Amino acid sequence: MDAAAQSQSLGHHAPVADRRPWYFTRPTAKTGLVSWLTTVDHKRIGLLYGISALIFFLIGGLEALLIRIQLAVPNNTFISHQFYNELFTMHATTMIFLAVMPLSAAFFNYIMPLQIGARDVAFPRLNGFAFWVFLSGAIILNVGWFVKSGAPDIGWFGYAPLTSLQYSTQFKGDASTDLWIMGLQVLGVSSVVGSLNFIVTIINMRAPGMTMMRLPVFTWMTLVTAFLIILSFPAITIALVELMMDRTFGTGFFEVSKGGLPILWQHLFWIFGHPEVYILILPAMGVISEVIPTFSRKPLFGYPIIVFSGATIGLLGFGVWSHHMFTTGMGTMATAAFALATMAIAVPTGVKMFNWIGTMWGGHIMTRTPMMFALGFLWMFMMGGFSGIMHSAAPADAQQQDSYFVVAHFHYVLIGGAVFALLAGIHYWFPLMFGRKVSEFWGKLSFWVIFVGFNVTFFPMHFLGLNGMPRRTAVYDGNMGWNSANLVATIGAFILAVGIGIYFVVILYTYFKGQKSGRDPWDGRTLEWAIAHPPAEHNFDTIPVVRARDPFFHEKHLAKDKPPAPPAEPHGIHMPSQSWFPIITALGLLVAALFYSYHHFTGAIAGGVLLFLGVYGWSHEGPGGYHIHLDEHSGDDSSHKAH
Amino acid sequence: MSSHAASGHIDHHHDHTTSTGIPNKKLFMWAFLASDCMFFGTLISTHLIYRLHPPPGSPDPKSIFSIELTSFSTFILLMSSLLMALAVNACQKGRVESTRKNLLGTIFFGLIFLACQVYEFSHFVHEKGLTLSNSTFGSTFYTLTGTHGCHVAIGVLWLILMYIRSFKPADADEGRPWIGKAVVHLLVFLVTIVASMSAMMSYTHIAAEHGWGAVGTFLSHHPISTAVTLAGVIALWALGRDKSTAEFGEANAIDVESMGLYWHFVDIVWIVIFTAVYLLEYV
Repeated sequence: MDAAAQSQSLGHHAPVADRRPWYFTRPTAKTGLVSWLTTVDHKRIGLLYGISALIFFLIGGLEALLIRIQLAVPNNTFISHQFYNELFTMHATTMIFLAVMPLSAAFFNYIMPLQIGARDVAFPRLNGFAFWVFLSGAIILNVGWFVKSGAPDIGWFGYAPLTSLQYSTQFKGDASTDLWIMGLQVLGVSSVVGSLNFIVTIINMRAPGMTMMRLPVFTWMTLVTAFLIILSFPAITIALVELMMDRTFGTGFFEVSKGGLPILWQHLFWIFGHPEVYILILPAMGVISEVIPTFSRKPLFGYPIIVFSGATIGLLGFGVWSHHMFTTGMGTMATAAFALATMAIAVPTGVKMFNWIGTMWGGHIMTRTPMMFALGFLWMFMMGGFSGIMHSAAPADAQQQDSYFVVAHFHYVLIGGAVFALLAGIHYWFPLMFGRKVSEFWGKLSFWVIFVGFNVTFFPMHFLGLNGMPRRTAVYDGNMGWNSANLVATIGAFILAVGIGIYFVVILYTYFKGQKSGRDPWDGRTLEWAIAHPPAEHNFDTIPVVRARDPFFHEKHLAKDKPPAPPAEPHGIHMPSQSWFPIITALGLLVAALFYSYHHFTGAIAGGVLLFLGVYGWSHEGPGGYHIHLDEHSGDDSSHKAH
Repeated sequence: MSSHAASGHIDHHHDHTTSTGIPNKKLFMWAFLASDCMFFGTLISTHLIYRLHPPPGSPDPKSIFSIELTSFSTFILLMSSLLMALAVNACQKGRVESTRKNLLGTIFFGLIFLACQVYEFSHFVHEKGLTLSNSTFGSTFYTLTGTHGCHVAIGVLWLILMYIRSFKPADADEGRPWIGKAVVHLLVFLVTIVASMSAMMSYTHIAAEHGWGAVGTFLSHHPISTAVTLAGVIALWALGRDKSTAEFGEANAIDVESMGLYWHFVDIVWIVIFTAVYLLEYV
């Protein structure tokens, strides 16, 4: 290595092939605010997603607590009915679009490229753009809390005609519904753009030897989820466009007085909305499929089955939307067909359950905190699945529709399933992300408090629902027989809140003062554990060559021979440059959508111009890039050191 | 890694740095178009549902449509697809001049299509009394065809950006002068677009009112828009005679190719819309 190359050893970045700047200097800072605003590093973008998602998770939880306080006793006057409507609308919208989906996206961003042995995603600037657009949508949705119009109050399903001008402006006279429309529209842009990026990354950026049937299951579920997103979001995009036309230009898509069909909204919404359910749960299944083998000290039982059942769930998810509409009077044939299709989904889901149990069977189970959350997931996701099958029978559903039984069901699936798995994922990958490990005592304590609180909150709701308590109702009479179960649920909600509080405090404490984890603390199986903790900017010193399904575990413990030499990168590691244009373009979209929500068209056009300038600059800027030259002796990729 | 890479042979469809050999941008575009299929599928179904269940008093589409004009604009859009394909082909062979000409031609035809649509919309509103809000037919018709028109407009903007980029010098140190030129290009383009759109609308209007033979009288009626359009085209042609080596060429043919995929897709969708919305009314 010559002197020039020596001076550019790890950490010194030499810009190469970068164009002379012309709008403003292309940022190169590696620390500080600007470096975060202009970042194109998938790990940093993953952290940005994760932090925002956790903040919105807390906000959504706060909204839920207010709902539970209102319902604690009969005839409560704690909050107004209008505020209650805003709360349940925003609780659902926040938890689905601003907490669970972006938390999944955080793992997609951070973990997936590491698992396939990639240096970054396929389109790093687009990845940054997707995050800033997500944040824009989140701001638009929540801006209602701070202005006169109030937050959206139409339910996360936005059923016509509740969203028509006639009804949704009756009390408030302005923009909350438009904020909801534009907020979801902007979030849709973010999700679709991000998913297109993940699809290309997984298909095209795999390390040599990483065939599709060697992909880690989490990456597989990322791929299926991304396909679900790009194929289901257009339906709600169009539904929202049509609703927006109704509200802004007086069209008659969902206006009965003009010949419109409100039921069309339900079809379009659920063609998106049902796949959305799997968008929320498939990443969680992916996380569980990583955690359980690691802590059972066994390879995943039936890997091909788990992959195919995931894809089958994705496929069937598109064919069952009308089971949300059994009570709308679609006719016997349609109802029967959708009931059967819905029951069919239980098969691949049940298959996955047996795969996880089969993985643990005869394994050497280590009950570390992530595994505890995974076991909680198995237990409660199964319960949510059972009540799900009950809904799929149309006659039973006719009784349960819009009752607390449904609320109990989907909270068992979405908290007991998706959230528990994502909380497991945070614990599981925390050592990788920050080089620190959560204390087992405090981690398990938070798990038990969350587990108990969750069940105390939502289990009684099954009985409330079967006893006829409807959803979305702000008050109930004391003579209905719902008093004690409601009080128990509210107490449970506070226990759950305490558990979540402990979880957050533990995570924050661990981040600042936690015990150092050392490298590969769980004896991991997949490639992400082969690199430094926390990872260097360039992920892998040398791109690994993959020879088995659990490549890192294979090279550590099973391989008899040395792995083949990874392909050399003689000119150093090429990394993409940072860029201002993703955030500028997203800002243009934010301004345009926000002004549009208030029907302020001059402002909307100004935002559109900013958006166009962002795209214009972006297209001329080019991907740029610089090279990192590793010192020959600093290369410490442990996948090759393990021998 | 690969023996092909060393041979110097340029294969436009295989990128040896990706796992599948398909360039990232191409895969991205295919995935995006899959998403766009669902997008238009939803819109077209909405239209068909309201056509199958028309509320009382719905207008008869046949009394509104002008099938000759729409057939003409459909033909124009297909021709733009041909020029787009020629632009991609030229770029893959490194013929930058030819790429630029074909890009301009695509833009031109795209603009004619848009002008026909703008004319059609204003004609339907003012002459036939079909508005967005007075029937579900109007709501679905304008939303569906308007969304397609937005796709064409975005495609035209994209083509313009690509055209301007084709003047970017290969040598990074040559630096800034081309940017001034790019800005001049953009401005000339915007003026030319406005002028040509206005000219096209007037042309179409005269043709629809007095038959295609009357187009000759156009010059005397609309001299300004015609003159500005001509001047704009000449200015663009002059600016396009840039002989310095451009960065543009075989290496980034994939950029033109993925744009071409988008353009062809928008054309194919139009064929579906033309059939489902217009032609089926005449069955």
